[in-house]
Amino acid sequence: MIGFNLNTGYKAVVIGGSAGSFQGITKILSQLPKTFPLPIIMCLHRLKHVRNGFVEALSIKSVTPVVEPYDKEQIKKGGVYLAPSNYHMSVELGNYFAMSTEEMVNNSRPAIDITLSTAAYVYREKLIGILLSGANRDGGLGMKHIKDKGGLTIVQEPAECMIDTMPKAALALTKIDYVLKTDEIVKFLNELDKLYR
Amino acid sequence: MTQDIDINDLKRITELIHSKHGYDFRNYAMSSFKRRMLRILEIKNLTVESLLKRLNDSPTFINEFLDELTVNVTEMFRDPGFWRSLRDEIIPDILLNHKTFNIWHAGCSSGEEVLSMAILLREMGIHNQVSLFATDLDLTILERAKAVTYPSKNIEINEKNYIRYEGKWSLRDYCKEENGRVTFDKGLLANVTFRRHDLVLGEVFNKFDLILCRNVMIYFNQALQNEVLKKFHSSLFKYGYLAIGSKESLIWCDVANRFLVANNEEKIYKKIKD
Repeated sequence: MIGFNLNTGYKAVVIGGSAGSFQGITKILSQLPKTFPLPIIMCLHRLKHVRNGFVEALSIKSVTPVVEPYDKEQIKKGGVYLAPSNYHMSVELGNYFAMSTEEMVNNSRPAIDITLSTAAYVYREKLIGILLSGANRDGGLGMKHIKDKGGLTIVQEPAECMIDTMPKAALALTKIDYVLKTDEIVKFLNELDKLYR
Repeated sequence: MTQDIDINDLKRITELIHSKHGYDFRNYAMSSFKRRMLRILEIKNLTVESLLKRLNDSPTFINEFLDELTVNVTEMFRDPGFWRSLRDEIIPDILLNHKTFNIWHAGCSSGEEVLSMAILLREMGIHNQVSLFATDLDLTILERAKAVTYPSKNIEINEKNYIRYEGKWSLRDYCKEENGRVTFDKGLLANVTFRRHDLVLGEVFNKFDLILCRNVMIYFNQALQNEVLKKFHSSLFKYGYLAIGSKESLIWCDVANRFLVANNEEKIYKKIKD
């Protein structure tokens, strides 16, 4: 077991994922402690024109119900948030979400780079970024921004990924703090939770 | 997205536009506004200083600037369920009390929603009973909206939406394709008035039975959303309807208690109090 270098200064966790990340995400959400002290902000590539179903599917296994926030909704401790379909989701100074229908980024809307980069701008070194399995490079740049602001970065072990383009893009762009299997990501989040009690 | 722009620089830009050109972007949502600025700097190959200089010196650059700044990504029949709700619930309800009525598309962009509405009304057989007003801040995009011609590559998503909307015919029946562009029947716009209007600084200019403003106010901060929603409230007849985007909400605004939720899933509200 890796010893994690953790502290209680964190304000949020952002998670990006695409093709092949659904299982990993459900595993993480189902084994998250009920008391988890930080908001979890997820941006996952999804079918553009299917508005319903995804958040419900994630919520079935999740300890905390997953919500697709409204534009300008406040980000709360312990909330689990998912970028809605066909919108980019940004984090704004003042700790709330903002939606946009701008052009696709990396062929994606929502784009992981947008959620991760805006969160990095707002939370700086108080952010944990996690990038999972995925078939394109979206999220790599966002992870670099998190690292550049002093945040903590984790990618899913490429060998465990169904498609490893996404974590590999992040590894190529910046120094990643931890390369972990899904089970280890779960352990990481549980250890972090204990620190806050 | 690799470079960054300082908040103070953004302020200098918005202050100059406000004092020199009379547009107020000071209450726009920060992160999307910043992305638009970075995009403009990149597309026009400008620095912050050279952008400020052009905004200050050139009388025509502002139109080019507005066209790039405003987000003009839209679709016909976006959220098909919303359009079904208009056709099956909202418009029949308006027709109970009014033989003729007015619709305002606030922030109409390149006109896809106006065109969707025109098709909806024609298929309901009531297009001669309805006056549509379509407004936008951006003059360039209004011209594009009037032309009703779009790149062919956009038609696929529009057709998919139309099929899920369960329209009467095929979207292809309303347009013809030529040289990679699809042009719609201009007759669809017979009852549409296009005009430039600024939601932020503009006055209430008419009364409506239905206002559509979907995914426009997401670019504003909450204080500005609140102000614009007051204008929409004043621009609606009592028992008129307001439609906003699927991820927008009235909950936070001052006029919330003067509206009733008509369709929560599709974010359609009914004005119940003056």
